Amino acid sequence: MENISVFRGERLVLDRVGFTLDAGDALLLTGPNGAGKSTLLRVLAGLRKPEGGHVLWSGVDALADRSQHAGRVAYLGHQDALKLGLTLRENLTLAARASGGNPDLCMKSLNISGLADLPARMLSAGQKRRAALARVLLAQAPLWLLDEPSLGLDINTMGLLGTLFAAHRQAGGIVIATTHVPLPLPNARTLALPGLNESDIPQPMEDFPEDDLL
Amino acid sequence: MKFQIPSLIMAILERDLRLALRHGADTLGAVLFFILAGALFPLALGPSPELLRRMAPGIVWVCALLAALLPLDRLFGAELEDGSLDQLLMTGLPASLIALAKMMAHWLTTGLPLLLAAGPLAIMLGMPTGSMVVLLTGLFLGTLILSLIGGMAASVVLGARRGGVLLPLLVLPLTTPALIFGAAALDAAQTGLSWGPDLELLGAFLAAAIPLCPLAAGAGLRAAVE
Repeated sequence: MENISVFRGERLVLDRVGFTLDAGDALLLTGPNGAGKSTLLRVLAGLRKPEGGHVLWSGVDALADRSQHAGRVAYLGHQDALKLGLTLRENLTLAARASGGNPDLCMKSLNISGLADLPARMLSAGQKRRAALARVLLAQAPLWLLDEPSLGLDINTMGLLGTLFAAHRQAGGIVIATTHVPLPLPNARTLALPGLNESDIPQPMEDFPEDDLL
Repeated sequence: MKFQIPSLIMAILERDLRLALRHGADTLGAVLFFILAGALFPLALGPSPELLRRMAPGIVWVCALLAALLPLDRLFGAELEDGSLDQLLMTGLPASLIALAKMMAHWLTTGLPLLLAAGPLAIMLGMPTGSMVVLLTGLFLGTLILSLIGGMAASVVLGARRGGVLLPLLVLPLTTPALIFGAAALDAAQTGLSWGPDLELLGAFLAAAIPLCPLAAGAGLRAAVE
């Protein structure tokens, strides 16, 4: 049984956020811009260390061995992370090598098999997003961390995404997604991050005189 | 764990080489800079063969050092900007090995072409063919050192504003020992002295850089994605 509980205390962005998920669960992270949704996902992915608190996987500290944790996680960032000069298939090679998955199968489930040999620079924003989602499938990981997965997707692909989510949860996988629009995730729990008070927002770096910084 | 470390490193290398071939102009830029900068010296110093022969080791080494700096800015910068660095880290490969793979890619796409171009440039400057072996051996070690130290510096300044300005300021002082020993070996070869010790020192420098630079670079990459 997978069991994740997060307790994290950072002074500004996230203040002692905690939750537990079981196999097959889904969690939607909502909240205003700048509330720390993406930051929370990056912590869960092991890309960022929390200033306080722990990420637990089946009761064990997941971030103690981040290489091992990476094998459990499929992370979809804000950016699609595609190399424009490479074809779609070449873009997925590295992820396929890491997980041992089959890129053709994953491209097929997202309806982009026909684009496999096109360079990524020729794809539309929605097609690139689908390619990035194909990489999530490819990772064959139990935990999906998706940062606004619906960005740029058309209605049909949203339906496709719903089937993929359902299949993943059926197999005991967990989906955690940030979103501003409704996602096809039935029975998903929602965690609303409160965001900041105006007075808490730190002064942006750009306000300092440039010469003092370098 | 299904992944295997050597196969992942190979996959990163393959990807970078493929990208380097697709963007051929970027790749050739450093070599063209090397040749052009080297060709400027005879114009500036005058066509005295004796003078050029004496200065050739220094010219080749300094030009190679500066040319290798050019692509460093994009080595990790491009990966950070398009989110690929996150995905590289999510492959489960330790950050220091990702850095090592990128440094190897830098050497293959920049160091190796420089090495190939160094021979013709040295001949053009009138360097005696007898010291060519010393030049190429020294540059082989030197370009490897440059890729390692350059990659380390590139990952340290990653995400910093004006990283591009900071980069040469960080790399050049750290690589001066390589420059000194490399040029000294050539000097010794030209004057008929023993050049072995200089190359051995260069090798020792490389041996220290191979484990240390990827470790530091890995920490830099981790810090950059935070």
